[in-house]
Amino acid sequence: MKPSPPRPKPDPKAPRQPLPLLDPALRHTPAEVALGFTGEQAKIEALRCLQCQKPTCIDACPLNIDIKRFILRMVDGDYAGAHEVISEQSPFPGVCGRVCQHELFCEEACIVGRRWDPVAIGALERFAADHARLRMQELVKGEPRKPTGPKVALVGSGPASLIAAYDLVRLNYRVTIFEALHRLGGVLAYGIPNFRLPREILHEEIARLQNLGVEFVTSFIVGKSATIEELFEEGYEAVFLGTGAGLPYLMEIPGENLAGVYTANEFLTRLNLMEAYRFPERPTPVHVGKRTVVVGGGNSAMDAARWARRLGSETTILYRRGRAELKARIEEIKHAEEEGVRFEFLAAPVALYGDPHGFVTAMECIRMELGEPDESGRRSPAPIPGSEYRIPAETVVAAIGQAPNPTLQRVTPQLHTRRGKIVIDEAGRTSMNLVFAGGDVVRGGSTVILAMKDGRAAAAAIHRALSPNGGNHDQPDH
Amino acid sequence: MINQIIDRRELAPAVTLLEVVAPRIQRRWKAGQFVIVRPTDHSERIPLTIMDSSPERQSISMVVQAVGKTTQETVALQCGEAFADLAGPLGEPATIPAGKRVVCLAGGVGVAELLPVARAYRDAGNQVIVLCGARSNEYRILDTELRAGAGPVHWATDDGSFGFHGNVVALLKTLAGPGAFDEGHVIGPIPMMKAAADATRDWHLKLYASLNPVMIDGTGMCGGCRVTVGDSVKFACVDGPEFDAHRVDFDELARRNGAYRTHERLALEHGNGCRIGLDVR
Repeated sequence: MKPSPPRPKPDPKAPRQPLPLLDPALRHTPAEVALGFTGEQAKIEALRCLQCQKPTCIDACPLNIDIKRFILRMVDGDYAGAHEVISEQSPFPGVCGRVCQHELFCEEACIVGRRWDPVAIGALERFAADHARLRMQELVKGEPRKPTGPKVALVGSGPASLIAAYDLVRLNYRVTIFEALHRLGGVLAYGIPNFRLPREILHEEIARLQNLGVEFVTSFIVGKSATIEELFEEGYEAVFLGTGAGLPYLMEIPGENLAGVYTANEFLTRLNLMEAYRFPERPTPVHVGKRTVVVGGGNSAMDAARWARRLGSETTILYRRGRAELKARIEEIKHAEEEGVRFEFLAAPVALYGDPHGFVTAMECIRMELGEPDESGRRSPAPIPGSEYRIPAETVVAAIGQAPNPTLQRVTPQLHTRRGKIVIDEAGRTSMNLVFAGGDVVRGGSTVILAMKDGRAAAAAIHRALSPNGGNHDQPDH
Repeated sequence: MINQIIDRRELAPAVTLLEVVAPRIQRRWKAGQFVIVRPTDHSERIPLTIMDSSPERQSISMVVQAVGKTTQETVALQCGEAFADLAGPLGEPATIPAGKRVVCLAGGVGVAELLPVARAYRDAGNQVIVLCGARSNEYRILDTELRAGAGPVHWATDDGSFGFHGNVVALLKTLAGPGAFDEGHVIGPIPMMKAAADATRDWHLKLYASLNPVMIDGTGMCGGCRVTVGDSVKFACVDGPEFDAHRVDFDELARRNGAYRTHERLALEHGNGCRIGLDVR
């Protein structure tokens, strides 16, 4: 490393740097909206870090990334070094720098935030990742490594399995990830839109795992292509189930099966995974009419609404609670508003009406009011009798949540579940010997970062189970 | 090589049998199940019903009618080439009772989809009669296989060029009536399945229909394949594809399957415009 000039003093009083965004007028393509810091901004923001003696951010990070140290590297202008520090814990700074809810974890814990705005750790993580992309291309060159330890099967290629794979392959386990779809990434690929997470970022970070020796098998549905028992028979010594929450809830209202009515899963899969926005250049179409109504208040609702806007539709998000109760990230809500998504609060769908060809044309809604807080502390909405009204809609998207996909559970009755979710103990163990689980299949609809946290915990549990002496299977380094 | 096509035969005009190396699917599949296929790396995902398998060649066979862009891309593949993706077996196997009088009804390419179900009925000790419909004599497929594996086969052709002149449901009504069968299975175009369900409503017959709605993932994730059966909404990919024909809302299914007709034409035109040769057969 080149000799660096004396390090400037931390300056937490400097204003938190705003993330430059794509002009809303230009957001009619899938291009990424958050543009990332400029070099100047990254410098200012990195210097805002106090380099605390007892950094609370690291404990708050579900992956325990050494935030203090990577930011110090950035203060020195050593972005590759920053990337290396992050890589000790996570190979996904490009993904997490974009989709992790930093405001709930590291930034919430940031000491600077007690007096000023917290350090923009997420944006710095992303900056390090973006500036290490050239280094990444070097990292994934050459022959993939060939681990020699016990075989471990990870089911599903979403965030939980990806981080488990990283941890296990570095301990020299022979890791295979089985993915049901034809593309890797799970919810990161089918659920999160390009404008939040460009596909090449995802592919590059997954390619790094491939280079470390993780084997990926697509179009393989554990439970259908092979049972868990068969995986053990084929020599896998432990199995991790990270199959996610892929079963969409339906609105259960009349007219739901009209054409033009989608679950968020279908709508987002058509666009994110099958690239329907490029139809007919790509073969999968999607119906986006003049007006779109998206039902729900979470991140999927924002994602669907923002896609509909990009395809030129007048878009409304219909949510049965109020603005304060929206579950989506504030940033996503803000972006949706900038892009012209209209919000209709305290209203719920009652029925859908269609034309003679079976295409949806209108939604009947009812006004809601918030009652007393329920056990969970949230005020539960109740319909106001007689307040029904109709709005036109040629496209309707139900973004009202999802449950774990039951495919595997159906053929594996010995796997204990509760309301569809796989039951695990504190070590991530299921009711089956040497079968572990984590992420949304355990939590229901949760977040990428908590899935990663579960994947990491399961990897540690698998290592404990397969290597009681704590060895690392004779591979010295990673 | 996995997913490689090792046999390819034209059974009738625009109806092609493809035999594909798929050891895992061959070992695990049961009658009534399907696979999701992407013929090329730039194709849509489509469901295809498994027709047969060969343990010796570790293969499965499907019969494809080239009607849209993806099915055209599928049948354009030649022996030695491979599907980009092949996943399965998906869906629940067909319900196969024992010791019953069973009628099997199929129309068009549904005849191929029926074959494994009809065989499974016979193998389980049921008395099976098969009624098949085709546009004309030259569109009749798999007659020998059905006779050998299932039971007597009766044909109906739309133009009367072979067997009964008319559709297969009309043939059913001339051959049998209420009480003639305990169970039945119908696979074919939606209007034909609906007609079969309507014709047998008071026959004291448990009739199963094998549905083929629009699907993306085929694993219960998207909900695009939802169908109304009685009072409930089912996902054909994971709850089906077989349902009680007398309770399926076929009109809704037809509307949903037709929802992308304009898009399909556009896709076809686009494909024909810039990928010469795909549409020649």
